[in-house]
Amino acid sequence: MRKFWIGSGLVSALVAAAFTLASCGGGSTEAPKTADSGAAPAGGPAATPDMDNGGTITGKVTFDGTAPKMAILDTSANPVCAKAHASSPLRSEEVVVNPNGTLKNVFVWVSAGLPADKTWQVPSTPVEIDQNGCEYKPHVIALMAGQNLSIKNSDPTNHNIHPQPSVNQEFNESQAPGTPPIDKTFPRQEIMIPVKCNVHNWMRSYINVVSSPFFAVTGDDGTFSIKGLPPGTYTLEIVHEKYGKQDQQITVGAKESKTADFTVKG
Amino acid sequence: MDNAWLHRFAVMVAVCTFLLVVAGSLVTSNDAALSVPDWPLSYGRLVPPLEGGIRYEFAHRAMALLVAILTITLAVWLERAEPRRWIRRLGWAAAVAVLLQAILGGAAVRLITPKAVTIAHACLAEICFGLVVAIVVGQELRLDSFSWAVETPAPLVAAIALFGQAILGAMVRYGLTGVAFHIIGAAIATILVMWAGLRIPLRRPALALLTLTFSQVFLGLGSYMARVVNLATPQPMPLTIAFTVAHVAVGSLAFGAAIALTMAPPVAHGGVALA
Ligand SMILES: [Cu+2]
Repeated sequence: MRKFWIGSGLVSALVAAAFTLASCGGGSTEAPKTADSGAAPAGGPAATPDMDNGGTITGKVTFDGTAPKMAILDTSANPVCAKAHASSPLRSEEVVVNPNGTLKNVFVWVSAGLPADKTWQVPSTPVEIDQNGCEYKPHVIALMAGQNLSIKNSDPTNHNIHPQPSVNQEFNESQAPGTPPIDKTFPRQEIMIPVKCNVHNWMRSYINVVSSPFFAVTGDDGTFSIKGLPPGTYTLEIVHEKYGKQDQQITVGAKESKTADFTVKG
Repeated sequence: MDNAWLHRFAVMVAVCTFLLVVAGSLVTSNDAALSVPDWPLSYGRLVPPLEGGIRYEFAHRAMALLVAILTITLAVWLERAEPRRWIRRLGWAAAVAVLLQAILGGAAVRLITPKAVTIAHACLAEICFGLVVAIVVGQELRLDSFSWAVETPAPLVAAIALFGQAILGAMVRYGLTGVAFHIIGAAIATILVMWAGLRIPLRRPALALLTLTFSQVFLGLGSYMARVVNLATPQPMPLTIAFTVAHVAVGSLAFGAAIALTMAPPVAHGGVALA
């Protein structure tokens, strides 16, 4: 009798509370926790790296230890994916040690030391991420805050792309085969945003959003090069999805070239 | 039994609701909840391409639709054929709960799985199942008026503890709390279930509840250990999925058995056919 209506009331209250909590959680993106971009530049127009007179930092990330075996991914949940890797299995790119003993997919950036009042020109060319062979190419992406990210699907199958940022806006969108790229921008600086596909629960990638143009991702030779820096002392940080962060203080003058090598212990 | 077919139908709804809970836990265990980003349509259609995680998510949605229709049908049927008002009201409560559950499920998808919504969805699933179990048991009991177990509060306390465990389990699963509370809860729930088992003269259902609760402890350990072993794997592993789904399934059954005991009259051989 009465207690059943009370019970139903409780359930509704639970649901209402859940929705309230959810909307509070969803609204937490107003205050950027890190430096943002896109705001009106206080110190004049947006700057670009000075390729002729700026400083350069080059270096490489060496892997110290035995290269871990790259885990085989089970792609059998989707025949299209399994077929794409019929000859050799798809492997996790969590740790990729290059043949020359360096580490691939390390994000490198100037994390501190840039003039605070300067805003940097956002490149008009988009950065591309491709869902290809049921994996993300490339595995680690870096772009500027406000720069276009063009999300492609080259596969003859469906994907959903679901980045999980904490200071940018989360989204989850499906992309059917043969459909045009999805364009997205991330307005706030945020490092190592995990990206997932839930159709293919092995697909992982990371997006790095930086408010300056001074960043790089190591490739097949494990090297990086950051050019056009204004003279100054900087914190150069490397971030790897498994091995975490390291940094170095480094001073460059005009037209000067410095080397900053890192070693990551496996 | 006044209306044997109505009772059989209620049993079928209970079985389908249980299978729906299992399907839901398969979605979570396979990390497939967001594989279909739209709702109520799937990839803009009624039936999406059935591949990868979409298979789990769509199976869950299709079963949910079926269970919603069945539960509403049950409520309507009870309204027409069931003489006891409290069972008719249980029927409507189940119908309301299952509709709220569908809305929560849709909200979880559309709002990109906020923890509060997802946990509420997991908990309301237990309530939906519990309500249908209560209807089935109520139909068997032929009580004229409703009364919580008069003799002892033990089964009710056990049922509440088991529901609390479902909430804690969901919180652990979505990383809202560590596993410690869930383990302490398991110890408390097990003791309460044993107390209830001793206080209830109905041997068979009491034994069922005890067996389910003990299995549940081992399945919980199994899920936890499988998770720890596979911590570094880049995708959900079959062993973890199997243990976790079994843990959710047996947890629901134990909760259902506790509800059955709560409602059982203090006479031997009440004919409770659960488990
Ligand atoms: Cu995918």
